[in-house]
Amino acid sequence: MTDLATSKRTAAPRIGEDTPRPDGVPKVAGTFAFSSDLHHDRMLWGGTLRSPHPSARIRSVDISAAVAVTGVHAVLTNEDVPGSLTYGLEHRDQPVLAADVVRYEGEPVAIVAADNPEALRMAIDAIAVDYEPLDPLVDPDLAERADPIHPDGNLVRRINLIHGDQDVSGEVQVEGTYEVGMQDQAFLGPESGMAVPAEDGGIDLYVATQWLHSDRDQVADCLGLDPARVRLTLSGVGGAFGAREDLSLHVHLCMLALHTRRPVKMVYSREESFHGHVHRHPARMWFRHHADRDGTIVRVESRLVLDGGAYASSSGAVIANATCFAAGPYRVPSAHIDGAVVRTNNPPCGAMRGFGAVQTCYAHEAQMDRLADALGMDPVELRLHNALAPGDELLTGQTITGTAPVAEVIRTCADHPSGASMAVDPMELPGGAGRTADPEHVVRGEAFALGFKNLLFSEGFDDFSEASCHLADGVATITSACAEVGQGFVTLAQQITCEVLGVDDVVLLPASTDGIGSAGSTSASRQTWMSGGAIQEACGQVRVQLLERLAAEHGVDADDLVVADGRVVSMAGGLEIDLVEATAEPIEASVVFRHAPTLPLDENGQGDAHVSFAFSAHRAIVDVDVELGLVKVVELTTSQDVGRVLNPLQTIGQLEGGAAQGVGLAVMEEVLVEGGRIRNASFTDYLVPTALDMPPVEIAALIEQAEPGAPFGAKGIGEPPSISSTAAVAAAIRNATGLDLPRVPVRPTDIVFPEGAA
Amino acid sequence: MTIATSLEDACAALAAEPGSLVLAGGTDLMVEVNRGSRSVEDVVALNRIPELAGWHLTGDELRLGAGVTFAEICDPEIAALVPALAQAARTVGSPQIRNAATIGGNIATASPAGDSIPVLAALDAVLELRSAEASREVPVTEFITGVKATCLMPGELIEAVRVPVLDGPQEFCKVGPRNAMVISVASLALLVDRSARRIRVGLGSVSPMPLRATQAEDHVSGHLDWDNGVPPRLEVVREFAELVASSASPIDDHRGSAAYRRHAVRVLAQRSLTRVLNRVSSS
Ligand SMILES: Cc1cc2nc3c(=O)[nH]c(=O)nc-3n(C[C@H](O)[C@H](O)[C@H](O)COP(=O)(O)OP(=O)(O)OC[C@H]3O[C@@H](n4cnc5c(N)ncnc54)[C@H](O)[C@@H]3O)c2cc1C
Repeated sequence: MTDLATSKRTAAPRIGEDTPRPDGVPKVAGTFAFSSDLHHDRMLWGGTLRSPHPSARIRSVDISAAVAVTGVHAVLTNEDVPGSLTYGLEHRDQPVLAADVVRYEGEPVAIVAADNPEALRMAIDAIAVDYEPLDPLVDPDLAERADPIHPDGNLVRRINLIHGDQDVSGEVQVEGTYEVGMQDQAFLGPESGMAVPAEDGGIDLYVATQWLHSDRDQVADCLGLDPARVRLTLSGVGGAFGAREDLSLHVHLCMLALHTRRPVKMVYSREESFHGHVHRHPARMWFRHHADRDGTIVRVESRLVLDGGAYASSSGAVIANATCFAAGPYRVPSAHIDGAVVRTNNPPCGAMRGFGAVQTCYAHEAQMDRLADALGMDPVELRLHNALAPGDELLTGQTITGTAPVAEVIRTCADHPSGASMAVDPMELPGGAGRTADPEHVVRGEAFALGFKNLLFSEGFDDFSEASCHLADGVATITSACAEVGQGFVTLAQQITCEVLGVDDVVLLPASTDGIGSAGSTSASRQTWMSGGAIQEACGQVRVQLLERLAAEHGVDADDLVVADGRVVSMAGGLEIDLVEATAEPIEASVVFRHAPTLPLDENGQGDAHVSFAFSAHRAIVDVDVELGLVKVVELTTSQDVGRVLNPLQTIGQLEGGAAQGVGLAVMEEVLVEGGRIRNASFTDYLVPTALDMPPVEIAALIEQAEPGAPFGAKGIGEPPSISSTAAVAAAIRNATGLDLPRVPVRPTDIVFPEGAA
Repeated sequence: MTIATSLEDACAALAAEPGSLVLAGGTDLMVEVNRGSRSVEDVVALNRIPELAGWHLTGDELRLGAGVTFAEICDPEIAALVPALAQAARTVGSPQIRNAATIGGNIATASPAGDSIPVLAALDAVLELRSAEASREVPVTEFITGVKATCLMPGELIEAVRVPVLDGPQEFCKVGPRNAMVISVASLALLVDRSARRIRVGLGSVSPMPLRATQAEDHVSGHLDWDNGVPPRLEVVREFAELVASSASPIDDHRGSAAYRRHAVRVLAQRSLTRVLNRVSSS
């Protein structure tokens, strides 16, 4: 037995404590191995030939010249796909390699493996594809009437949400049409990975992804292999934000590796990456809000058209979110929301942080400001007056049973004092380093926005995460297939384990499909809850087993034993055992964690389809150089409903990072698509905020109300910061300029020539 | 690959392989190489050549080696001599880019959006070109002959840039849709040349070649009170801005419309003239 008072131990990180990421310093120092750094001595380089046309028939593909290039080991086309010819997250509608048609610019047509990147490039260039270009369908408003561009038709999903009495109308009505451009996730690590053929005829795939098991199942299907013979291991992920939910190079790599019996590595170029993953859906939205004179919302009507691009991806779930949360976190007794997502020959769109709620938040918050204006009411008061609270009904008829501190979120954010002063240095004014403005050219604007979305998967999806805990010699080893994509699961897994088991040493095994079931996707703000919950439960079971074993061994009551700081002690005194000794014989537990079940939406878009909701508010202060149309976001203040803060450091990181993506969408981030072609597939022209564009993020309040069912009461926090931030910044520019600004990103010309002169 | 350690070496290597790629900071060249639009057979690297590095002042003339980086041009010592060039240098890319990117590379790339170009045009900069056989001098406005086109001959290098040190305040302003690290959508350099009693204006990103707004210069230079520094009437400033805008021949592309670019140089002309006049009258 050891002396408690004199033992020196470095405290392991607990829940609620700042816990730095283990990969933080390596990433900054450049020593972290990303999936693009994978290397194998015998490896070949893989590459992809992509369609130059947004829409075309393929008359023929001639690979003979490519095969003849020295150093080329394989040139494969659609005919070489061993299993299912298509894949997809919700619908398997996307060809592994195009067969007789291409439906978007950049669609993969053939793949090549070669000794080196030069031979690869030459071989790709040597593939002769005879295309018959077709008129691309690029206007989402015309999609439903146009000839189908895919056997599954041009309507991916429509939700005609009808809620409450349809005959009511309000004394005050405001109407508006809004548009959101196509945002990219703009992660820094391009798609990359390596496939290694295995002895058993199977394949090992090392790849950066968000959901290993879903990838595995789709890959196995396309390869015609038993899923057990397809093993995926997560490699260093350089950002995700939704863009790694769909397969990209996965099947291609495996096909090339199986064909050549050599390891094959592939890394997309930046330009290729812009064509190689889904984007945030561009949206066209019409809204009419009805309210009483006192500001009570009576009814909301809306039509939403999201452009899904060529393939379905997760469009069905995105439109569900856009529709269900179309009116924002307000009590709305009557609504008709017609939400549709359609297929076009534009780049495919799918998951991105905020997932459908970003687009509608921008619109419903513009509407709320318009309504406040029409009523002569303070915009914050109007929001407070209509704010959702526990027990209220959503547009779907679902009653909120969990926490919903909407009023607290609004008040704390709106009441927070601003620290923004007026800059004099042109560098700090709109135009930044270009030194274009002096203080007299600048007008300041301020506005407030509120947003929310669901956490976890909805609509009856069987959403689960598996995890196991193995405790031996005082070391807890955690196995989970949860993909760490930067969100911070690495620290949370450790913190939760330390908290539950009182251990100091936690080993988190690499995420893979080998030896553990699915953790589900790292998306929908769900991993802290789902995989965190699984680990909490697995560790809890280990703890119970441990205490019961010790209780039996020592003839004490298990309820009298506690684990703390690396030892087990009896509260009654007398017993004190070091955890290392106590776990010389290992203890193990494995659990499958599920959240409360949800139901599908009915034909009117009604039903208890969601689990939990998270709310956030942003107040933005902007300076606008109206004459040049340039904007400087001066300050962002936020409050967020977080349930419980598990790692304060990481919480701040999520709130700042999410807000940066929101600022980006408000003022600069857009994939420019013309006639189905991307015009800015580079970081030269797809602009993301720099340090001079991103203001300080003032966190007014983190509202901690424990959410029932969530581990330690913690809600997911990743998405809300990018929902209300865009709306707040756009509204602040409106406030500064007096313009309608019905579209984000707000471009300089939208301010300089609001009538559309150029 | 030749890593030249003297100008002579570099010229000899270029004379031997006139098709060689000349590599300075690589911030333009490597982008093209990575894109596959340039192959890298023979490369002559310039960054170890002492003659291309560094700058010196002779009387009222500043001579910048072609290998001087934008980070070096931001240095207060240079900024005191050619403030607009330092301001332009500060707008180039990010700190990493400015550490590598050279003024010689910026000129040789001859992009309409090259940020040093409008300042160099306004300064009537002269380039010293050098090959194994000969050397010659060419004004920057003649050196650049079109979009990404120059009169540089095979085997020839830019050795240095010479610019006058003027008496009077200077301004460089650049418009882009982001507050830093952005390709210019429109830019303008405005320099006061007290001894010549002239305002000099160079424009960027609004024409295929380096552009001086000579008509606007003539107009405003004639209307200024050079002796007493009494500010001109607002009308003069407006007319000046209008003439600057009409001298531009911008294009429409995905970075900005022609109308916006023309509008932007008009605004920049008015603002930068106001700025320098404020400084003239307050000094
Ligand atoms: C992220 C990024 C941001 C950028 N931002 C800006 C910006 O804001 N503004 C701007 O103006 N530019 C910008 N650039 C472009 C580039 O940095 C500049 O044009 C730079 O000055 C090029 O210089 P360098 O030394 O890197 O030239 P290199 O890339 O080495 O060479 C460029 C060209 O010049 C030729 N060359 C170089 N030196 C000589 C010489 N002495 N004699 C003859 N030919 C020569 C080369 O052969 C090549 O054709 C940016 C580039 C990047 C990658």
